[in-house]
This record gives sequence, structure tokens and C-alpha cells, in this order.
Amino acid sequence: MHFTKDSLNLDPALETERIVKFLQQNVRQTMRRGAVVGISGGIDSAVVFALSVRAFGPNKVVAVMMPDKDSDKLSEQLARELAKKFGVEPMLEDITGALQGFDCYRRRDEAIAHVFPEYNADKGYKAKIVLPQDLLDNATLNVFSVTIVRPDGSEETKPLPARDMLQIIAATNLKQRSRMSTLYYHAEARQFSVMGTANKNEHDQGFFVKYGDGGVDIQPIAHLFKSQIYQLAKHLGVPEGIQKRPPTTDTYSAPQNQEEFFFRLPYATLDQIWFAKENNVPAPEAARVIGLTAEQVQRVYDDITRKIRTTDFLRLLPPQLEASHTL
Amino acid sequence: MNQTVDQNIEQPIRDFIATRLLYSNEGFNYADDASLLREGIIDSLGVVELVEFLQTQFQLKVDQQEVRPDNFDSVAKMGAFVRRKRGATA
Repeated sequence: MHFTKDSLNLDPALETERIVKFLQQNVRQTMRRGAVVGISGGIDSAVVFALSVRAFGPNKVVAVMMPDKDSDKLSEQLARELAKKFGVEPMLEDITGALQGFDCYRRRDEAIAHVFPEYNADKGYKAKIVLPQDLLDNATLNVFSVTIVRPDGSEETKPLPARDMLQIIAATNLKQRSRMSTLYYHAEARQFSVMGTANKNEHDQGFFVKYGDGGVDIQPIAHLFKSQIYQLAKHLGVPEGIQKRPPTTDTYSAPQNQEEFFFRLPYATLDQIWFAKENNVPAPEAARVIGLTAEQVQRVYDDITRKIRTTDFLRLLPPQLEASHTL
Repeated sequence: MNQTVDQNIEQPIRDFIATRLLYSNEGFNYADDASLLREGIIDSLGVVELVEFLQTQFQLKVDQQEVRPDNFDSVAKMGAFVRRKRGATA
């Protein structure tokens, strides 16, 4: 079969049916009785939630909204709209208190202030970390910078030293791990399964937190490219506001899209290039179909390979030795 | 391995990779032109640590646009990069 611009198109009705059966079988096999989904107001969790309602009915699905003080208010609004549309009363679990208990904000802000001594979240400063944005035209490696937004709206970006990068990421990952703990509280209190919301892009390239949003019982959409998630969202009737919202991390205090934080190019382009790579389409041929140069496509091929390789440990179970003595 | 290069540049880079990134007491057992990214020797954190090391060790200022595979993917490329930077500031 030839690679075309339409190669990523799937039959949404058929795929929905396949995933619903998969969810029903797995939940039954593990003796669970329903699903818990963290709904963020984003497209991925919306699709997983809608699939879960199809699989188990609205009375067997718990939808949990887990904002913290940095979250965009629009996220909760969209999550409520989604839950209402599918006949579920969402639960609100504000994790700000838990994060203060973990000292998340102080640890993160301390590292940002190492780079920008003027940074003060209490005075209205906001911050985010970003990767270079020119992957198609520049082969720069994935090295983070930190951007602050001052109370007057002006922005400044500086390279992030290794020590501060690690501290910011470690502190911020407390958010995803607090959410995971909250979801498991609700799942265990009902004997339900926690649904993962990572798509293929996030799962395979390692854009998730180990034992955070990666800590789940089932991965319903980890085999689907982001473009295909949008196709399912349309089929399932996910609210338009969610379908049209640009993908965001909603993790740092300054607005941050997923391209800035991780993927470095629009998902529609990334998906086509990645699909071509997975199907062994030579870079020049993929480039001709997508409308790029072979060099640009090769750059993305290389970036995908590097991200998958360097995040392998996220997807592995903890290694252990075989028993040294047997009968 | 290119034996004509200035070992005062390549050797500290090899030592840094061996001890700080590979946790090895046996030195750097790769060719100077081996791809550190393809061999899985460094990840993005390793790249940042190498940038910081080159800046400190050789008193350079590395611009983010220079953090590219053609400058950082091997000991040989880093050596050439350091020489170019030194030449540019000489």
C-alpha cells in the first residue's frame, strides 16, 4: 500500500467498537466493575471518557477533575461540559493542597529563581519550560530553556542548567503523581479501573510521567496518533470547544502548548512523518507526499528515534533477577 | 581515531563522558567518531551536561542554536566545535 496524506484516516465507528470491546474484556478479566477517568478539558481524556461511557454506561464511570492553582480555568469549564453531555456528574478534586504538602511550588520556583533571581510567583510572575521550536528547519537537540512572564507581560527566555532543569521537572511531576493517587483512591473505593489517557505520540515518545499519568490500569488510546484521536472525538460527539482547543500541557503557570514543551512541531505534521517512519517509507518519498524536503523529514525521523530510545525506561517494568535456586 | 588531534581537547571530553555519563572506570571505549546519540550514550540531560562541561572546561559560551548533532554527536565533533569556537574568539 502506498503512503498518502490520507494514510492516517481510520474508520471511527469500527475503531470505537474495537476499543469498547477491549475495555469491557479487560475490566471484566481484572474483576473491576467500572472506570475512573481524570478529565482535563483536553481532547485525549475526553475521548477516553466518552469511550468508557460507551463501554460501561454513565453509572459505572467516575469523571474526576483535578486542577491546581496553575490550571487554566477553561479546563474545568470544558471538563464540566463534557461530563454533562455524557450524563455523568463530575467530581472536583483540587490538588493544590496536596502539592503544597509536597512542597511542589517552592521547589519548582527555587530552581526558576536560580536562573531568574527576580522571579517571584507571589508577585505575579509566571513561568514555563520550552524546547527549541524549529525542528523542521534546525536540527537543534532537545535542550530545555526556561521562560518567565513578568507581571507587565514582558517575556524572557534563558538556557536551563542541568541541575535546575531536573529540579523543575521533578517538582512539576508531583502534579501528575498526585493526580494518579487521587484517581486510584476513587478506583479502589469502587473496585473500578483507572483509564490511561496517553495517545501514541505521548506514550511512545515518553511524554508522560512514570507512575504519574503513566500509572494506570488500561491504555485505551495509546495505539492512536493524535490526528486519529480527533477523528474519534468527532465520531463520539466530544464538545466542539474541546475539539477546537489547541493541545496544551496546562501544567506550568504560563500558558504552554505541547509543541513548546515536547513535540516541537504541529501534531498533524508529526503524525504523518511518524506514520511514514513506522511503515519504512524512505524520507524522500514521505517528503514528497507531505510537501516537505527530505532533509526536514529525516530530521524528524531522527528526533523520534532519539526520543523513543531515551525514554524506553519509562515504559519498562522494574527489572528483576530470576531466582538463583530452583528445585 | 584521528591521532593528529590536540589531545588536550579530546581527552577531557572522553574522560567526562566515561566518568560522568557512562559511570565507567575503564575509560571511553568508543571511537572518537562514534555517534553518542545513536549509540544511546547520551540523552537530553547528557547533552546539557556536555554543554556545561565544554563551557567550563574550555571557557566558551555555547549558544542554544549551536546545540546540534553536528557539534555534539561525537567526541570528534565536539573537539572540532571547540577548536572553531576558540578560533573565532582568538
